[in-house]
Amino acid sequence: MTKNSPYPGKLIAVEGLDGSGKSTQIYLLKRWMEMQGLKVFFTEWNSSALVKEATRKGKKRQLLTPTTFSLVHCTDFADRFERQISPLLRAGYIVLADRYQYTAFARDSVRGCDPRWLRSLYSFAAIPDITFFFDTPLAVSLERILSGRPQLKYFEAGMDLNLADNAEDSFRIFQGKIYDEYKKMVPTEHFVVMNGMLPVEKQQAMVRKYVEQKIDLPAFRWRGKR
Amino acid sequence: MSTTRKNNRFFGTPLPGCDTSKLQGKLIVLEGADGSGRSTQIEMLNAWLENLGFATASVGLKRSTLVAEELEAAQQGNILSHTTRGLFYATDFADQLENQIIPALRAGFVVIADRYIYTLMARDIVRGANREWVKSLYSIALVPDAVFYLRVSPQQLIERNFKKNPTLNYWESGMDIGGSRDMFDSFMKYQRLIQAEFRTMQTEYGFEVINGNRSTRAIAGELRAKVQAVIDMPKP
Repeated sequence: MTKNSPYPGKLIAVEGLDGSGKSTQIYLLKRWMEMQGLKVFFTEWNSSALVKEATRKGKKRQLLTPTTFSLVHCTDFADRFERQISPLLRAGYIVLADRYQYTAFARDSVRGCDPRWLRSLYSFAAIPDITFFFDTPLAVSLERILSGRPQLKYFEAGMDLNLADNAEDSFRIFQGKIYDEYKKMVPTEHFVVMNGMLPVEKQQAMVRKYVEQKIDLPAFRWRGKR
Repeated sequence: MSTTRKNNRFFGTPLPGCDTSKLQGKLIVLEGADGSGRSTQIEMLNAWLENLGFATASVGLKRSTLVAEELEAAQQGNILSHTTRGLFYATDFADQLENQIIPALRAGFVVIADRYIYTLMARDIVRGANREWVKSLYSIALVPDAVFYLRVSPQQLIERNFKKNPTLNYWESGMDIGGSRDMFDSFMKYQRLIQAEFRTMQTEYGFEVINGNRSTRAIAGELRAKVQAVIDMPKP
């Protein structure tokens, strides 16, 4: 059921741990494309207005099990995929996705969902043309997130997994497990690994260079006057 | 119920974090279109079981704490694409499975499901979803102890639907598929498609087809006899 590029658009996804710098990088990529006058659209994980209420309620009241957690996020993804990503790809846009199905593969399998079930679940989704994985050592990404003394949310910290008594310890263990899952996917899902320890602008230069080589960017310019 | 359920299995891999070792109750499923007499039969079956001293619990579609309201709201606006809608229903199902069906079975209840994964799968498949995708999606479900499918001809269904409501239901008429803008035609076409899908599933899942074109009493009698064979009846 997987559809690999049967449409004129291009799909670029970024993946990585919280604090890996991926959102900064995709934002800069988007700005660069916009300034070149390219048809570009940005979408992020867990942002469908439609599913938001259910997700919010489920999370707030801690109603979610690994299975329903996974299904709620997949519903959110499906809504964005069917209403935005897929039509835009068919219309010839470059779609930039901050997190894609691999986020679900990593998180949900840590929660105990069957990896085969997860892959089948998301098989309606287009495979990205490029998936950048921002690889930052676990200690560094944890430091980036935790030094701000954040109020970690229950599911965000993986508290549902009973890994530790407090949110911060739980978050550390949870992120470590997610990191392991990401690493396993690097060869199988053909991630383009970026060194998340390099300066932001250096990483961005590498990202842009890679994109330029892979995608014929001028073909995605707006035609005619705007 | 004293004996442990023999049938403690899932269609696919077991639900993560879910202990199914002591599911003593029974899971009975009634399937059928709106107007097939499902609700009436469930009510009667329920009363009969309670009269015999069984504790019962009922579940159905779109009744979960988690997403039922949101699903209803989204349906009203008719803004869901097929995959999204299918996944919304799957979420609703999974929530009830884990929070209602399994706990009730653990407590030894007879759980009567007013529709189960079969209707959900048939709806998705007739809307173009990949069969393997749908099967994998619902492989999280517990295999019921018995499934009864009340089959009623589309002609009878439409008569019964009009007896209850002055207009046909948008979704039960499959209007979203765009088979016809004419609601009557669309209803007939859609119900035939669903029935064909149920025939396909019947060979695969082996559920019992009950002729729903007969009288309420005749159907109730057949159901009781069949349910009796599944549950451990109290000794007189």
